[in-house]
Amino acid sequence: MSTSRRVFLRLAATAATAAAAGSALGCAASGGARRRLAMAIDVRKCLDVHGCRACVDACHEAHNVPAIPDRAHEVKWVWKEPFERALAVREPATLPAALRGSEVLVLCNHCDNPPCTRVCPTGATWKRDDGVVAMDEHRCIGCRYCVAACPYGSRSFNFVDPRPFVAHPTSDYPTRTKGVVEKCTFCEERLAVGRLPACVDACPAGAMVFGDLDERGSEIRKLLNERYSVRRRPELGTRPQVFYVI
Amino acid sequence: MRRPTLLVAGLAAFVALATWPVWHALAGPRPTAPELARPVGATECVAPTDYMRASHMKLLVEWRDRVVRDGVRAYTDRHGRVVTMSLSKTCIGACHTDKTKFCDRCHDYTGVKPTCWDCHVVPPVPAPPALAARGEVR
Amino acid sequence: MLEKALDGGRRYWLWLAALLAVVCAAAWCYALQLRVGLGVTGLTRDVTWGLYIAQFTFFVGVAASAVVVVLPYYLHDYKAFGRVTILGEFVAISAVTMCGAFIFVDMGQPARLLNIVRYAAPGSLMFWDLVALGGYLLLNVTITRVTLEAERCQTAPPQWVRRVILLSIPWAISIHTVTAFLYSGLPGRPFWLTALLAPRFLASAFAAGPALLILLCLFVRRWWDLRVADEAIRKIALIVTYALAAHLFFAAVELFTVFYGQVPDHLEPYRYLYFGLDGHAVLTPWTWASVGLAVAALGLLLTPAARARRSLLAAACVAVFVALWIEKGLGLVVAGFIPAPLGTVPDYVPTLREVTIVAGIWAVGAAMVTVFFKITAAVRTDGP
Ligand code: HEC
Ligand code: HEC
Repeated sequence: MSTSRRVFLRLAATAATAAAAGSALGCAASGGARRRLAMAIDVRKCLDVHGCRACVDACHEAHNVPAIPDRAHEVKWVWKEPFERALAVREPATLPAALRGSEVLVLCNHCDNPPCTRVCPTGATWKRDDGVVAMDEHRCIGCRYCVAACPYGSRSFNFVDPRPFVAHPTSDYPTRTKGVVEKCTFCEERLAVGRLPACVDACPAGAMVFGDLDERGSEIRKLLNERYSVRRRPELGTRPQVFYVI
Repeated sequence: MRRPTLLVAGLAAFVALATWPVWHALAGPRPTAPELARPVGATECVAPTDYMRASHMKLLVEWRDRVVRDGVRAYTDRHGRVVTMSLSKTCIGACHTDKTKFCDRCHDYTGVKPTCWDCHVVPPVPAPPALAARGEVR
Repeated sequence: MLEKALDGGRRYWLWLAALLAVVCAAAWCYALQLRVGLGVTGLTRDVTWGLYIAQFTFFVGVAASAVVVVLPYYLHDYKAFGRVTILGEFVAISAVTMCGAFIFVDMGQPARLLNIVRYAAPGSLMFWDLVALGGYLLLNVTITRVTLEAERCQTAPPQWVRRVILLSIPWAISIHTVTAFLYSGLPGRPFWLTALLAPRFLASAFAAGPALLILLCLFVRRWWDLRVADEAIRKIALIVTYALAAHLFFAAVELFTVFYGQVPDHLEPYRYLYFGLDGHAVLTPWTWASVGLAVAALGLLLTPAARARRSLLAAACVAVFVALWIEKGLGLVVAGFIPAPLGTVPDYVPTLREVTIVAGIWAVGAAMVTVFFKITAAVRTDGP
């Protein structure tokens, strides 16, 4: 009998005898100085390398993201969407001609006030102190409440076993199984060893800037101070930490 | 109690069925303990062997929670050795080379099926020359 | 007392066997879903909740609706309901069980389900929904057991159970309110993001649930002596009438704000339901059927003569139940996902396997109601 099944049975027994008083949500994140990690995407620079998929490929390879052909069951961490859909949903007419029909990157916004973590019934997704909206694939029960709560469509559910759709799995990062939700994690496994997110590293145009908003003089702070930027659906109060520099 | 014989027969059948796995196992051939391929030169895992044998899953779960939930990736064992807490980088990869000749042999023997490898990717086994260089042949 | 469920006639066993067959078919489909994943359903990346969760929502309403017979009897001492309260509570128990099953089959990792308890997250409405439903089940199991036992021994139920029953009244309201909160607090889903959702849920529940109860009473009367007075049925019909009127009023209020206000985010899901959006109109026939049935039923129910005719009353109840099932057990959940966050209009059509699993859970509920009603009937005819 597997340990998980034993834990399951033990829990079932406990729950049956006593109205189960669950342990408090234990989701402390790493200590240290408080950081506010964020990403800025320079839309113009990105457009200069029209049709480029370097960031998408780098991310999906690094994280064993499956390439599932069936659109209904697709899993994606970072991808391109037409401008009209990603940023100018209600105002396509105001887009300059150059932007119409062109594509822009979308990914998890690592919101400062994320609705997805609020609704998660197990604490399998939570906001770390450094601002990363993290996922614990071990804890996810696959209820998809977070998918319903995300206003950006950034979360993917594994409707089928993803392994067969990962062409060359790397052992540096786990795949996922059927029945769990996944998304971009700002490459927390790379941040942990002092590296930048894979997409940022891979961008040939230097269009993506990643850093700490609270650190004075950081590259991202400077860029956001100098240029005009927008965020996706600010009216929802989620305070995305992915900025689009126009 | 109208049919005592039927009752006794029914009870006997039930007991026989319920204890069937025990009889089945006793009747079968004695399984021999598996031979495990251990890293050559190493004397101890990150904890004493007895502890590892009995509680490696607890340690792994502890590692898992430290890494995923607390963002801590380094583990210092009782001899001061620092390792990365990782299934596919440390347990298999840096220490054991072939999961099938260590973890799997014992798990098959004990009938344990960890689900970890549904996600965690087993690193490729190094080619025989590389293994020989490390002193591992089995 | 349970042994009374064992001596039914041929028709009783045939009916249970038929239900068992449906359950088996569903179990087979579920085994496949367990092996392959939720990919065997019609759910997609954009519509990640569908028939399962919608059924869950609908049956939470059915469960809560027991309160419309319990409250008048215990709070206002309305004697005519004396013999239906327990039936209402049995329907509630069956419905809550179905809800649990619908949640279970919707999970991607059912083996980890108890993580909800182990890592309880009080900030999540799903946690509270499970607490509310679990408590409600416990309350009703206790109440039905004790009151039926008392009825069998022809004694008055003990005093303490009255307190439990009184507690079950606000609890019933809470289960459906919390279920509405599950939806109505998500910033990115304007279709659900309305304070009116909980009142709407309660109104439609208090119409659909009692309508079902009337149908069951009328139906069962043909075989078993459950001694439900005509007066009780007439009164429940009146409650259905008021609740349905309230439901339609709430729906109209919502439609006014949405269509007169014309905020696109709020408008689009409704346009999808009623007229179709960007050429996608899978649900429009269903929506209009629901509207048509609900209005027709209200027309019938508002006519005292029609309400008094047993056949017309039954027809009206069927119409109410079907109309509200479409509204809540189908449209409500799906339309919340439309349009998708990136503006596309995804289609959701349940697969046969998904429908079979749903049918299996319905069959479980039907079997439970059958057995419970059978026991009640036996207790009432056999005496102590
Ligand atoms: C649903 C997929 C999934 C399953 C099943 C799973 N893991 Fe993980 N695990 C992950 C992911 C994703 C990470 C995060 C990797 C990272 O951040 O580097 C991780 C990280 C870990 C880590 C730390 C990092 C590393 O490289 O090992 C440990 C230890 C771990 N898991 C142990 C386990 C154990 C033990 C089991 C089985 C009982 C298990 N996991 C099952 C997905 C899974
Ligand atoms: C000496 C025998 C032995 C070896 C070698 C061994 N295991 Fe185990 N393992 C067991 C036993 C026995 C259990 C079941 C313990 C229990 O259920 O209490 C187990 C359980 C586990 C579990 C928990 C399973 C579950 O269902 O949750 C994990 C994870 C695990 N082992 C990982 C490993 C890994 C990784 C290796 C190789 C690096 C390994 N084990 C090597 C004997 C062994």
